[in-house]
Amino acid sequence: MASFFKHLRYILTENPVTLVAGSLFMLFVLLAILGPAIAPYDHLASNGERTLQAPSWAHWFGTDQLGRDVLSRVIVATRLDLAIAAAAVALSFGIGSVLGAAAGFYGRWVDGVVGRISDTVMAFPLFVLAMGIVAALGNTVENIVYATAIINLPFYARVARAEVNIRRNAGFVQAARLSGNGDVRILLTQLYPNVLPPLMVQVSLNMGWAILNAAGLSFIGLGVRPPTAEWGIMVAEGATYIVSGEWWLALFPGAALMLAVFCFNLLGDGLRDLVDPLRRT
Amino acid sequence: MTGSSKLRIVFGRLLQAVPSVIGIVIVTFLLTRALPGDPAVYFAGPAADAQSIQEIRVSLGLDKSKPEQFLIYVADLLQGDLGHSISTGFPVSEELLRRLPASLELTLVALIFSLGVAIPLGILAATRPNSWIDHLCRLIVTAGVSLPVFFTGLFLVYVFYYLFGLAPAPLGRLDFIYLSPPEVTGFYSIDALLAGDFETFGAALAQMVLPAVTLGVFTLAPIARMTRGAMLQVLGSDFVRTARASGLSRSTVLYTYAFRNALLPILTTLGMVFSFMLGSNVLVEKVFAWPGIGSYAIEALIASDYVAVQGFVLAMALLYVALNLTIDILYTVVDPRVGMED
Repeated sequence: MASFFKHLRYILTENPVTLVAGSLFMLFVLLAILGPAIAPYDHLASNGERTLQAPSWAHWFGTDQLGRDVLSRVIVATRLDLAIAAAAVALSFGIGSVLGAAAGFYGRWVDGVVGRISDTVMAFPLFVLAMGIVAALGNTVENIVYATAIINLPFYARVARAEVNIRRNAGFVQAARLSGNGDVRILLTQLYPNVLPPLMVQVSLNMGWAILNAAGLSFIGLGVRPPTAEWGIMVAEGATYIVSGEWWLALFPGAALMLAVFCFNLLGDGLRDLVDPLRRT
Repeated sequence: MTGSSKLRIVFGRLLQAVPSVIGIVIVTFLLTRALPGDPAVYFAGPAADAQSIQEIRVSLGLDKSKPEQFLIYVADLLQGDLGHSISTGFPVSEELLRRLPASLELTLVALIFSLGVAIPLGILAATRPNSWIDHLCRLIVTAGVSLPVFFTGLFLVYVFYYLFGLAPAPLGRLDFIYLSPPEVTGFYSIDALLAGDFETFGAALAQMVLPAVTLGVFTLAPIARMTRGAMLQVLGSDFVRTARASGLSRSTVLYTYAFRNALLPILTTLGMVFSFMLGSNVLVEKVFAWPGIGSYAIEALIASDYVAVQGFVLAMALLYVALNLTIDILYTVVDPRVGMED
């Protein structure tokens, strides 16, 4: 454990970008937890007297077409955006890694079925498939989570399958089998833990993509409905005002979205350095 | 290596696409039938009574068993019939075909832009590791995948249309003062050139710059990253060292020896790039009011027109399979090692 922290400190000092990404991540988590408590105004309260005001000391990010404070809405939206992405990633992580590990361990028809499912999902342009799923299941936030989880499933299944497959006849597995462990027990206690480090990297890289995907879906009018504060739908609402010069409506939620995705991507690269030093780029 | 063995491999690749297509058809069928509630009620519209709903159920074949319905669906597909749009009543396949050239033109221009920037950038980064251009490449690669396409698009519109007035209004393929050129290919730029109308050609191109750059920036990242990685690997290999040691010129080593070998992994990433592109196409088309199949799908989504949405999903998936197949076949033709073992 001590050597792990030494390595962690080395990674952080070697690449300060990871440190920046880590602090940004903490900031987003804080915003998501505190949310409405630290927002300067009520994010839903409209005010006819101060519509479409440019950023000022009273309203740092300006106000929107209904006079709502953009800063408050951007802060409050953090929780929903991160929650959608985290739920989707957790689902695809859980289901994908178990399916993939089973496919890698049992081979034969299990592998065939899991492989076919992943191939079929991957045969679609992923965002388009997500659109189709939400359209078919119904236009709700939960269905955005399911759609995002389904399109990410193959990535987890593939990594888990590969990691389990190369170790299925390793010495420690044979030793475990000789001491009388059953298949399921070996898979869960001996093989599955090996899958976790590479999958953690995948999770971090995937979070950014899941946020982008969910925001894209709500940008085209799926899932989240007004007046809910969510970055994608805020950009969509602000889009109408950009050609007349009211840039702050779309810029701030868009920038928050970009920063969140950027932070997860950088964090993913840093985590990969930590977990798998050979694949540093 | 004989020509016929390559041909056999190409044919084998074609066969490999069959399971994907079957999977796609099954999934789109399931998506149509997984509608919440009774599809017949949706198809009949809000003013329908019980009898007309029953009639529609029979006419759509929804009273039959699921496997039967599937066979009918497949038979219709084989005739190119994707059903009729609920909101407009027009056949979905006709509408998609009419709008496809707009989307393809945009996607191709975006691809040319992103290949044109990403490959030189990747090569420069690989030949000068840890220089400023390498860091720039890394920054662009990480920033490129983090940018939401709809946000980049709006940002470009604000800067180049509102602030500087350089770009035309983000409203479709051609400004309303121009007439669309006589249709040959459906690509406005090519059609205008064929008609010898350079003014319309310029106008069509001007409309296309911002959406194509938006789409291109998003796909730059994977191509640049792959080019850099592949070039670094090839440049470190023995045959490049031998070529250098034999006194070949820098450009011969770089382009004839290294780049041609690095092309293969780059070609493979294009599959992923197309997945990104076809998906973000929808978002870019919404931002720029581009009359392609993406904006058709968005209109259909707003009108809860499920037939049209599923037709769109199927068309996009088949297009994606076709593009992947083209890449695979190109790979077979380009790679001198394929077919050697025979």
